[in-house]
Amino acid sequence: MIRAAGLGKRYGAKRVFDRLDFELERGDFLVVTGPNGSGKTTLLRLVAGLAAPTTGELEVAVERAQLGFVGHEPLVYRELTALENLDLYGRLYRVPERRERIGMLLERFGLWDARGQRAASFSRGMLQRLALCRAFLHEPELYVLDEPFTGLDDEGAELLDRELAERRPRGTFLVATHDSARLEPLATGRLAFA
Amino acid sequence: MSTRRFAADVATLARKDLRLELRARDTLPAMLLFVVSALVVFHFAVPDTSSRLASNGLLWVAIVFTALLGLGRAFVPEREHGVLDGLVLAPCDRSAIWLGKGLAALAFLAAAEAIALPAFALFFSGIGGGTVAGVALADLGICLVGSFVAAMSVASRARELILPLLFLPLAIPIVIGGVGASVASGPGRYLAFLALYDAVFAILCWASFEYVVTE
Repeated sequence: MIRAAGLGKRYGAKRVFDRLDFELERGDFLVVTGPNGSGKTTLLRLVAGLAAPTTGELEVAVERAQLGFVGHEPLVYRELTALENLDLYGRLYRVPERRERIGMLLERFGLWDARGQRAASFSRGMLQRLALCRAFLHEPELYVLDEPFTGLDDEGAELLDRELAERRPRGTFLVATHDSARLEPLATGRLAFA
Repeated sequence: MSTRRFAADVATLARKDLRLELRARDTLPAMLLFVVSALVVFHFAVPDTSSRLASNGLLWVAIVFTALLGLGRAFVPEREHGVLDGLVLAPCDRSAIWLGKGLAALAFLAAAEAIALPAFALFFSGIGGGTVAGVALADLGICLVGSFVAAMSVASRARELILPLLFLPLAIPIVIGGVGASVASGPGRYLAFLALYDAVFAILCWASFEYVVTE
């Protein structure tokens, strides 16, 4: 599903990483680890198509409609409510039975009671839950998740554990994290940045 | 991608911008205040004996700078929290982002002009059909080109400088066509010029917007 050969990324004179090779087959769960600034986020942005590689080749055999992305920002409008944000993305992704699906996700991620509140009033953890709802809304094939546990309380983290385990058999995962032990039971491989 | 699907995406994105403005109310009130203030200043600054050409020129200056004010805020909701990435990731034609933003900007500018044109008629001279048609065609060009340039400037650190520096030279033909349509006895060729400008720049912006929002 993903093949990187000699992949490199620079921002001006700053080299983020160089000569990176890896493959991700359909159904794999690859955990990306490494210290801050080592290039985990950059790699995920390259895979999502949000940035272009400086050198090497990167093939991602998935259309945009089949990619679910969670980044450092929740990618939601702060002046819109949780429901309005998900409705916007649901329309753009042509999600079938959109309203039912949004309702189910909001319920599952514990945001149903806050569905009419503007995202600006949400805590960091609630925003992360909303970001996960947004990324899972269209049932993607490829999940690109950058520190998906950030901001979540214990209950939220356990909820995400369950959600990932449930989606694991029908998805392919590329997940950057500082807590690789948490994802150990799901992982099929590990890519460690120095 | 079908035309119907593209139109649906544009409508979804434009509706979102209108809803954001209804909530935040930080663009349209500023545009209204600016355009009315500019016309009041021009009214007192320009002598009563000034020509119709001069007064119409001032109307177009007010319109262009009011539009610039609105365009400067066009991509602020996307810029502040990186939401543009979310739109870029969505499986819609990326030019739908530009057209949706352009249509929302057009709605704000039209609302400002709904106040500005009667105010101009009050302070200076009556508004003819050529002026109204010229304003309508010019608005389209201003908002389509302006939204494109606003998206370009979002990625820049000096965005407050980049937008006027790129937009104002591109708006010169609009002012020429608009003033011509306002004062000429036969405004047809000026209106045709504005329509041609709109068509050419709409095609250029549509074809190249993808490269503006991706690295």
